[in-house]
Amino acid sequence: MLTVLLILIPLITGLVTFGLKGQGAKVFSLLSSFASLVVAIVAWQQFSAAPESLQFSQSWIPQLGSQFNVGLDGMGTMLCLLTAISFPLIFITVYNREYDRPGAFYGLMLLSQAGLIGVFTAYDALLFYVFWELALIPVYFLCSMWGGERAVPVTFKFFVYTFAGSLLMLVGIIYIYFQTPDHSFSWTAFTSLQISAQEQSWLFWLFFVAFAIKMPVFPFHTWQPDTYEQSPTPVTMVLSGIMVKMGLFGVIRWLLPVLPQGAYMWQEVAIVLSVIGIIYASCIAIMQSDFKRLIAYSSIAHIGLMSAAIFVNNEQSMQGVQVQMFNHGINIIGLWIVVEVIQNRLRIKDMREMGGIAAYAPKLAIVLVVVSLANIALPLTNGFIGEFLMFSGLFQYNPWFAAVACVAIILAAVYMLNMLQKVIFGEANTLTASTADLKTGELLAAAAIIAVIFFLGVYPKPLLELVQSTTAIVNATAWVK
Amino acid sequence: MIHLVWLVPFLPLLGFLINGLGRRYLSKSLTGVIGSGSVVAAFVISLLIFFEVRTPGFTPQVVTLFDFISVGSLHIPFAFQVDQLSALFLLIITGVGSLIHIYSTSYMHEESNEGFARYFAYLNLFVFSMLILVLGANYVMMFIGWEGVGLCSYLLIGFWFKNINYNKAANKAFIMNRIGDLGFLLGIFLLIQQFGSVTFTEVFAQVPGVGSGSAVLFAIAMLLFIGAMGKSAQIPLYTWLPDAMAGPTPVSALIHAATMVTAGIYMVARSNVIYSMAPHIQAIIAIIGLATALLAASIALKQNDIKKVLAYSTVSQLGYMFLALGVGAYTAAVFHVMTHAFFKALLFLGSGSVIHAMGGEQDIRKMGGLKKWMPVTNITFLIGCLAIAGIPGLSGFFSKDEILAHTFGYNKIMYALALLGALMTAFYMFRLYYITFSGKFRGTHEQEHHLHESPAAITLPLIVLAVLSVIGGYVGMPEVFGVPHFLAEYLSPIFAPSAPYLHAHHLSHALEWGLMGLSTALVIVMIVWARGKFSNYQDAGTENTGIAKVLENKWYVDELYDAVIVKPLMALSGFFQNIVEKAGIDTVVNGVGRGVKWGSGRARLLQNGQVGFYIFAMVIGMVVLLVISLFL
Repeated sequence: MLTVLLILIPLITGLVTFGLKGQGAKVFSLLSSFASLVVAIVAWQQFSAAPESLQFSQSWIPQLGSQFNVGLDGMGTMLCLLTAISFPLIFITVYNREYDRPGAFYGLMLLSQAGLIGVFTAYDALLFYVFWELALIPVYFLCSMWGGERAVPVTFKFFVYTFAGSLLMLVGIIYIYFQTPDHSFSWTAFTSLQISAQEQSWLFWLFFVAFAIKMPVFPFHTWQPDTYEQSPTPVTMVLSGIMVKMGLFGVIRWLLPVLPQGAYMWQEVAIVLSVIGIIYASCIAIMQSDFKRLIAYSSIAHIGLMSAAIFVNNEQSMQGVQVQMFNHGINIIGLWIVVEVIQNRLRIKDMREMGGIAAYAPKLAIVLVVVSLANIALPLTNGFIGEFLMFSGLFQYNPWFAAVACVAIILAAVYMLNMLQKVIFGEANTLTASTADLKTGELLAAAAIIAVIFFLGVYPKPLLELVQSTTAIVNATAWVK
Repeated sequence: MIHLVWLVPFLPLLGFLINGLGRRYLSKSLTGVIGSGSVVAAFVISLLIFFEVRTPGFTPQVVTLFDFISVGSLHIPFAFQVDQLSALFLLIITGVGSLIHIYSTSYMHEESNEGFARYFAYLNLFVFSMLILVLGANYVMMFIGWEGVGLCSYLLIGFWFKNINYNKAANKAFIMNRIGDLGFLLGIFLLIQQFGSVTFTEVFAQVPGVGSGSAVLFAIAMLLFIGAMGKSAQIPLYTWLPDAMAGPTPVSALIHAATMVTAGIYMVARSNVIYSMAPHIQAIIAIIGLATALLAASIALKQNDIKKVLAYSTVSQLGYMFLALGVGAYTAAVFHVMTHAFFKALLFLGSGSVIHAMGGEQDIRKMGGLKKWMPVTNITFLIGCLAIAGIPGLSGFFSKDEILAHTFGYNKIMYALALLGALMTAFYMFRLYYITFSGKFRGTHEQEHHLHESPAAITLPLIVLAVLSVIGGYVGMPEVFGVPHFLAEYLSPIFAPSAPYLHAHHLSHALEWGLMGLSTALVIVMIVWARGKFSNYQDAGTENTGIAKVLENKWYVDELYDAVIVKPLMALSGFFQNIVEKAGIDTVVNGVGRGVKWGSGRARLLQNGQVGFYIFAMVIGMVVLLVISLFL
């Protein structure tokens, strides 16, 4: 029941929020996000005590053999926690901002939260597909209506791109559905089905492209920098912090268990694409002068490593990638908070116009330094454990791939430190000298993020233990060769 | 006492937290007391631990705090290992660290309250990281400290963050170190793959089973050494260290001379079994160490910035330590780490005292005759110079002599080159000394008016370090004196596993006396030469030409790296950004997008609003479905 509650709270409150005006929408959605957080924490506790109690199944479209079948495994719980933590952080950060039509804005945000939770909990392929779209559609509206000056064409590209991917996945789902003996969409039916190697080979691409676009993996990534740049920052936080995890999640939950042979056949191709993406995006990140695009390319590099680690599919890489899914979400929201504050105060995002902020907004500077260090995976920050395990897992698969991918730790230092130098160090100019430091809400959100960064950096055990069961399941598929 | 070892790093961490979080509310004196006090307290505990380690029958102890990373069969605990090597490093770090903290309370006094607290917070954080580095019981713990000290070095080089050049130096230091860290990381992964563990005791127990000279051991040894090259500023990753002098001078003394840069030596000494079983890599280490020692010494001959001379001198001395490691003289390397920590910290702090008195001036051509105004600084600096030059009786003599003697046994040509480096060392150090402290003052009248000896918080550490620079060598006297080599005895359990794989070169007593006499005589000649040339130095203002100009410009290595690495990387990134991304991938994607738009434009014509057409289409559709259901 808790699982259903996690979906229902944002869904219902989201619909209600559409009818609210002004402050009401803001306060109501903040309360809703905290309610979700509480439920998510209870679910987390429940997961360690009695995981089967989190499964829920209800007849949904019996004619098609589709059930409303949701549940939480280790990875699902972890991602629901990430979602439930992220939304309050986002709402607190922008609490002092005013958006046009706040009812619609916050309502859409909450609907997208409902969709996300649905994606992470669905154990029915059709349900998964429905939630997948439900999570995305609010984001299209948010980007195009509250975004920057180029928002409409950029969102159109984003829409066409991701929608095309979704359709490929839908074709794949329906094809497999027809193969199941009792015409069922359930995860169990999908994974226990014996699909011939030849079919798996091409089915793999239907799913892979859908997920690769969402992650995104090179060369399917070009929608992302534009979208991150043009979206309003709260939406970018949702997109980069949580939504890109949908692609990674999809591979772990559906692609690998359902098409193990397909994944094995194309393993090397997927890993090579991912590794290319790491270096390619890191190099491009060095060239960026736009703060938002820098973070976008940095994120593509990080996701590349995660994608490579998933397809390596050994114990270390799989534990690493799940830990990193959580931590990447927390850290990138931390980066966006800084971007949001600077944009709010100074109305700029070009780093060449910044500089010297450290002297005038020391708290902001400290937050940016800490989050940047976590982003370059400094030990004892949360970014380290995941990257360490993923690189190590990749190394066990192929040392040369790991050696190439590891160059990213140098490149990441190059672009992140250059960013710090341009944004907060040096002499201030007349504009940046007026930077007002973090206000209460922003400070609270940033402090929470820093606390998570150090806690999980020093003591990652709870997170590693949480996702252990999922790793065991997915690792098992690697032996079906 | 050993179970309380966690207090040693924890106290500086506490100092960091208090000073870091309370930087707006604490007075300078309180900040100084917290900052210095935490390190002094750590020193006291380290001393107690050291005495316990020295008791006969002591066996290495591992203190596990908690499970850090645990995945499948790979367990990486957050654990400390207390043994002879880590206990010795604890003493050096907290001992020299305490003196430098006390010195800093005076040296940094002109900073604002907040800056002062920020400085001490960073310095405490550095001590914490360095202690984690040497205390860690596995390679991941070492890596945690390794990157931690790199971060603190970055923060402290860029301490005066408004100066963009200092930031660039800080970035350079961090990025160059990361190149080394890449090697270190890959080495760790290979260890995991090979041994399924990163814990020292487990790894070293398995190493002999692999067999001497195996390719895997070579790879591990080389990868770890790449890490050491970055951290300990060896060719080709040394150019960050001279630039790191942008940081406050006590930082240069602690981080960029006495402690952090010796982490690479610690790592190789710690992993001595691996290296002893990979003789080819040892040879590479010896060659790189020697080459670095000579290259840096040659550059130091022509530098005019007091801190730059000392920085290149540090690079050069680190080269000697690696030479020692390469020829298998592990004890000598650690010995030199210790004596170098004393006299190089002394020299840096002395230079800080000079810079302070000169109102920030670092160019020795604008100094001169300072001994008249700064007697304590003068005499302690002189002791430091004598110690590093290797004058018999001072600490540097014993450690350097041991390295040279082992090198002689290893390879005669390398010995000759190492001796040449030692002579250059004597020359550039006394060039520095005479230009700074002898002759006439060449600064402005205003500077002359302000010249003064520094206060006690500065001179006291100088005196303590000067005493240590004199007596520190007696723990490791050569065999010919008939006194036991205390340090070698103390460290023997650490290096014992290597013994079967090393070839001992025993020199006769006569030969040892001869080598000692030769190097001493030549060093004295060098000092006398430098005195004759520089004791009445006048800045002629002429431009250097030829080889002197090449040396002054540091062999143009920075320019070379810029042309070979930085520019190509930027070109590649630009190519990705402008050609592949914009003209390539995005054009294809947008082309597909336009195709869709065009297609949907055609498809839209179907929806023309005429009911008749819709009915027609519907009927056609039904017929098609009917046909399908009937015949298929």
